Amino acid sequence: MSSNSFAYNEQSGGGEATELGQEATSTISPSGAFGLFSSDLKKNEDLKQMLESNKDSAKLDAMKRIVGMIAKGKNASELFPAVVKNVASKNIEIKKLVYVYLVRYAEEQQDLALLSISTFQRALKDPNQLIRASALRVLSSIRVPIIVPIMMLAIKEAAADLSPYVRKNAAHAIQKLYSLDPEQKEMLIEVIEKLLKDKSILVAGSVVMAFEEVCPDRIDLIHKNYRKLCNLLVDVEEWGQVVIIHMLTRYARTQFVSPWREDDGLEDNEKSFYDSDDEQKEKTDKRKKPYTMDPDHRLLIRNTKPLLQSRNAAVVMAVAQLYWHISPKSEAGIISKSLVRLLRSNREVQYIVLQNIATMSIQRKGMFEPYLKSFYVRSTDPTMIKTLKLEILTNLANEANISTLLREFQTYVKSQDKQFAAATIQTIGRCAANISEVTDTCLSGLVCLLSNRDEIVVAESVVVIKKLLQMQPAQHGEIIKHMAKLLDSITVPVARASILWLIGENCERVPKIAPDVLRKMAKSFTSEDDLVKLQILNLGAKLYLTNSKQTKLLTQYILNLGKYDQNYDIRDRTRFIRQLIVPNEKSGALSKYAKKIFLAQKPAPLLESPFKDRDHFQLGTLSHTLNAKAAGYLELSNWPEVAPDPSVRNVEVIDLAKEWTPAGKAKNENPTKKFYSESEEEEDSSDSSSDSGSESGSESGEEDEEGDSSEDSSEDSSSEPESESGRQSDTENRRVAKRNSKTKGKGDSKDEKKENEKSKTSDSSNAESSSVEESSSDSESESESESESESRKVTKEKEKKTKQDRNRLATDVSLLDLDDCEYWDASVLVPCLVVNPVSTPVALPTPALSPSLIADLEGLNLSTSSSVISVSTPVFVPMKTHVLLHRMSGKGLAAHYSFPRQPCIFGDKMVSVQITLNNTTDKKIENIHIREKKLPIGMQMHVFNPIESLEPEGSITVSMGIDFCDSTQTASFQLCTKDDCFSVNIQPPVGELLLPVAMSEKDFKKEQGMLTGMNETSATIIAAPQNFPPSVILQKVINVANAGVVPSGQDNIHRFAAKTVHSGSLMLVTVELKEGSTAQLIINTEKTVIGSVLLRELKPVLSQG
Amino acid sequence: MIHSLFLINSSGDIFLEKHWKSVVSRSVCDYFFEAQERATEAENVPPVIPTPHHYLLSVYRHKIFFVAVIQTEVPPLFVIEFLHRVVDTFQDYFGVCSEPVIKDNVVVVYEVLEEMLDNGFPLATESNILKELIKPPTILRTVVNTITGSTNVGDQLPTGQLSVVPWRRTGVKYTNNEAYFDVVEEIDAIIDKSGSTITAEIQGVIDACVKLTGMPDLTLSFMNPRLLDDVSFHPCVRFKRWESERILSFIPPDGNFRLLSYHVSAQNLVAIPVYVKHNISFRDSSSLGRFEITVGPKQTMGKTIEGVIVTSQMPKGVLNMSLSPSQGTHTFDPVTKMLSWDVGKINPQKLPSLKGTVSLQAGASRPDENPTINLQFKIQQLAISGLKVNRLDMYGEKYKPFKGIKYMTKAGKFQVRT
Repeated sequence: MSSNSFAYNEQSGGGEATELGQEATSTISPSGAFGLFSSDLKKNEDLKQMLESNKDSAKLDAMKRIVGMIAKGKNASELFPAVVKNVASKNIEIKKLVYVYLVRYAEEQQDLALLSISTFQRALKDPNQLIRASALRVLSSIRVPIIVPIMMLAIKEAAADLSPYVRKNAAHAIQKLYSLDPEQKEMLIEVIEKLLKDKSILVAGSVVMAFEEVCPDRIDLIHKNYRKLCNLLVDVEEWGQVVIIHMLTRYARTQFVSPWREDDGLEDNEKSFYDSDDEQKEKTDKRKKPYTMDPDHRLLIRNTKPLLQSRNAAVVMAVAQLYWHISPKSEAGIISKSLVRLLRSNREVQYIVLQNIATMSIQRKGMFEPYLKSFYVRSTDPTMIKTLKLEILTNLANEANISTLLREFQTYVKSQDKQFAAATIQTIGRCAANISEVTDTCLSGLVCLLSNRDEIVVAESVVVIKKLLQMQPAQHGEIIKHMAKLLDSITVPVARASILWLIGENCERVPKIAPDVLRKMAKSFTSEDDLVKLQILNLGAKLYLTNSKQTKLLTQYILNLGKYDQNYDIRDRTRFIRQLIVPNEKSGALSKYAKKIFLAQKPAPLLESPFKDRDHFQLGTLSHTLNAKAAGYLELSNWPEVAPDPSVRNVEVIDLAKEWTPAGKAKNENPTKKFYSESEEEEDSSDSSSDSGSESGSESGEEDEEGDSSEDSSEDSSSEPESESGRQSDTENRRVAKRNSKTKGKGDSKDEKKENEKSKTSDSSNAESSSVEESSSDSESESESESESESRKVTKEKEKKTKQDRNRLATDVSLLDLDDCEYWDASVLVPCLVVNPVSTPVALPTPALSPSLIADLEGLNLSTSSSVISVSTPVFVPMKTHVLLHRMSGKGLAAHYSFPRQPCIFGDKMVSVQITLNNTTDKKIENIHIREKKLPIGMQMHVFNPIESLEPEGSITVSMGIDFCDSTQTASFQLCTKDDCFSVNIQPPVGELLLPVAMSEKDFKKEQGMLTGMNETSATIIAAPQNFPPSVILQKVINVANAGVVPSGQDNIHRFAAKTVHSGSLMLVTVELKEGSTAQLIINTEKTVIGSVLLRELKPVLSQG
Repeated sequence: MIHSLFLINSSGDIFLEKHWKSVVSRSVCDYFFEAQERATEAENVPPVIPTPHHYLLSVYRHKIFFVAVIQTEVPPLFVIEFLHRVVDTFQDYFGVCSEPVIKDNVVVVYEVLEEMLDNGFPLATESNILKELIKPPTILRTVVNTITGSTNVGDQLPTGQLSVVPWRRTGVKYTNNEAYFDVVEEIDAIIDKSGSTITAEIQGVIDACVKLTGMPDLTLSFMNPRLLDDVSFHPCVRFKRWESERILSFIPPDGNFRLLSYHVSAQNLVAIPVYVKHNISFRDSSSLGRFEITVGPKQTMGKTIEGVIVTSQMPKGVLNMSLSPSQGTHTFDPVTKMLSWDVGKINPQKLPSLKGTVSLQAGASRPDENPTINLQFKIQQLAISGLKVNRLDMYGEKYKPFKGIKYMTKAGKFQVRT
């Protein structure tokens, strides 16, 4: 079999089908194909019968025998029809064995295999997750191209399965489908993208594996998941850890700047040049920029460190290579201890680890020097381990330890393992060459070895001595004489050749011996090895040139011998030498230079480590071990000179904080996480908070969009927030409209009674009317200045006091319009009119813009202006939606909550919270209600009425009220359906604990005067210039806190007023723009805690661009 | 990742093959056989062999080569570590891992392999999860299965697979609750001709056998945790707790497992508990050499040294040895030239010795190196590094477990150069 199939294997990997056919024949024993075939048939006949019997035990026995055949590599393909019938067997063991069989033979019997598909499709819907998973496994392992669409569908479904185990199998299936049909790549990438977001530790490793296999170049898919992967890493199963660490190493090399300090002056200049370019970073030191590590870079390094303690050698090695490739050089030292620990392991592990240490020890000796003795060789080590250890010892040798090492080497030279002894001699040579102090010692030691009785040792010594002598062409005549004598005894061709070469090179130093050697060699020329013959020819030529009197005849004799040699190399060389050295008429100018040609100063050989050239491979990879690029090896890129935008890794804070996490640990980390990303926003000003805020709103609502926007956000284009918020407002409007239509039904009956209500029903036109009024009054002056419109807007807003959602909507829209003011001129009116009716179709059949209404409003304004503290309508900000219950953890029930910023209808001390419930399952969810409120003391909650049922794909929005007692404590409760209960919690942002208050500037100043001292907190911020326009400041502050705007007489001072919901304490915010780009932020309130929290939240918002 | 697996016995037969992706012809193993031939000894077969289309990664254990076929780049340790895990699992399932046992249980082997890898990527490698999926064969179960028709294959996803403690299954029950810990230390040392220590290190492990009901949470603390220079943990150990308090805190797996391996740094002076006096000499003139070794105790903290075995690989030129031991038995294999002397206990009053002559092949020159002596020994109730467990506490369960801690010191790679 061996020779036959060996020849065949050259073309293996070509076509699987031929391979299988070949295999089938190769298993047939030499007794003759035909005979065996018939006997096989007979045997299989009884198996068939057993498979067709009714008894499970008989079937099981048959299947066991068949599996035994497969295991031995025997062909059992003809049983396919009989086996495949049992695919739906009730007996799980039979079923499993049938699966094994199917996976093995389906490719050969594609048509028959299709019979089994429907069984798997059914099993994919099984309530038992193990059965779902194994059905997917087998279905995706059947390599039949026809079922690719079915597989694709199954994978997509499984990727959204509730069981993480099934999702893990889906990740595996992705790779299988990809190898079956690479055409599906794009679709599969979508699934990968989705699975990468999965928070389950079970899925992480497998999906990263799929990522590496299918689309390793799509590094952009990692950005948003980077921090999550880093944090999950410790809990992921060990095999997943290896894959993730390798991927993150590659990622880090593309996303972060080098932490290695460059000594090169030029590099420094370059760096400082870049420095001045990006202005956000500190530019204190012009000459040299202090390197600051990206916090994400640090996160990776920190989170992988504990894994050095893993019991799995592959994990330890993965971390070691990560440290080697991406950590600062000063920190890489910690890996050596762990790597040395691995040396206690099996020989295979030792082999790989030693190889990697060998590469490391060339570049950074210091790392392994303390562990020198761990690399001492034991006589029981296998040869390959011994050689590797020796290699490392050589790399670690320096002036301080060389004497100990040499003593150790002496023992090795005497080893019974001669191959190892020879390697030791090489090593001694390298040490001698590298460390000049010991060159002489080594040389004399090697000369001693020349009298060794073992030929291999002597030969190796000769070769090494030759190299050493060549490096220092000094006065080593004695050694050469000694070696010349050896020619009589030594038989190893390399050694003989080396001696001859040495004598030839130094023939002038040993003028008496050289001709004699040549004479001896001439005698034995015919019986020498080719290698030696060539050197004899060289020696002859050199002697002819230096000492032609004595050696002329000898050389000619040798040349004649060489002329008729069997080896053409030698004949060639002979002809060449003859032409060069023997003067005749034809030889031209060259023969004059013959001496120079032959006796030129030869460059000394560099004795280098064989591991020298391995360092361009990533450590711990197969390619590194082989020192050749393996298929599928991904090159580790060089550090980028400038780090790509780090904000691409920012994940929305709310997402992180509220989304479902599998482990309690991760949950605890979230608050810190929140801070973390905030502080980062402070640093890199690229992503404005409004941007991420509006994005998060749309994102948590519609998951599909997340991918797109995450990609976009890297660009940080100015148009983006607008378009985002535009989209946002659309969805917002829709939502509000829905609500309106609901409340309207109730409201109508009531409203009709009161005349006064008329203004209310039309109040959504309020804002319009105001903006219409503005624009009509100012329509002549085309471009209305922003600040003007702003202040007007504000005064208008003050008028509408207890107007609720519709009113809000109106303000929403108009405020949005203000944002886009640049685009708007006199025509500002039109879109206003267009947008409003659409958004509130029921509430406002006709945009009533009668002057009487305006007058009414003016009147209102007058009547309310007297009261100092009155709750005003909130200014619109895009509503942020937070995840209350993720659909994964809610078994298909998803819940989001948001703060609509309206006074709560359930109680005036409560914050109103709006909850949107979505049913993502395909079944009705019944009886959704709230149970088991676990509230801190004092907090109260008004729950929504139980929802009887929620249709599939249906969604419903309900409101509830929570009295947070003016604290940011979380409200925890259980959201229950008929069958399940889910613990959820709501944590209010501090800005939502407020209600806007309308007051005049005078009142504001008065109140402020009373709230000084302890009640005042302030901070100076450095605001980016683009933050100066009043509209921007307004928007930013309002985004964070639900406050009312106080009209201000000065351009550079902005005031906001609010009161806390529970206690009604005033909260006064002042933003005063100063010279330069600084601004003073002052908050006056009795509730100092809330005040300081608010200050902290406002600071980063205002200071960034 | 892992494409296929071939199991090859020492005579070069492929006795089991398993493919996780499309079938790779077994002729790919010819490259392996070639390398095997070149290496002469099984130990020297390179673990990574490149072939034109595949890469063969192998481990050699229990006289069986486990050869994995790889097609693309993968961290080699990943595969090697996994193969070792496969061997461990077989050992766990069948008690021993040998060719006949694997052949007898080929169906279970196949089922286990099927669960361990999916598409070449490890799926379930925790032994407690595997054992729930596929029950290990026992005589009792075979009998029950034939009568009741139940199977060895579990039909539910093991609870561990999804939990945060995948190493422990739920619902464990014992009538006797016990937790035993063995602190085993091994001395690796090289002693030179004159008896001075060239290098000595202590490697220790704590092996546990925990049979406790429910979900116990254990903590184990040491008197002198500073001794431990480098540690590696079972995944159950909470790393943060160790970092901050030097306490091992963990929810243990059920049954036998290795809790911790550690290393005591070479900087600390290692007490060497034995010494070997040797006098081995060959003379140029005669074909007879003298051979004499004596083993004696040194720094044993009053404990007896047991299970002493002396082995030595004699030079090739040695023809035979005629030796007489003062205690124990000795053998010399003239083919492999391996001398083995089973000494047993060392009695300090009467030191064991082995004396005699070595006869060399006629005409062979004197070997230029004396053989290295390898030593094995055991010392009960002593951890040579001085490591001591302070206390073991259990939380989370109400019963009182029976606890036990045992210490032992062994020779690891202990060599004496002569």
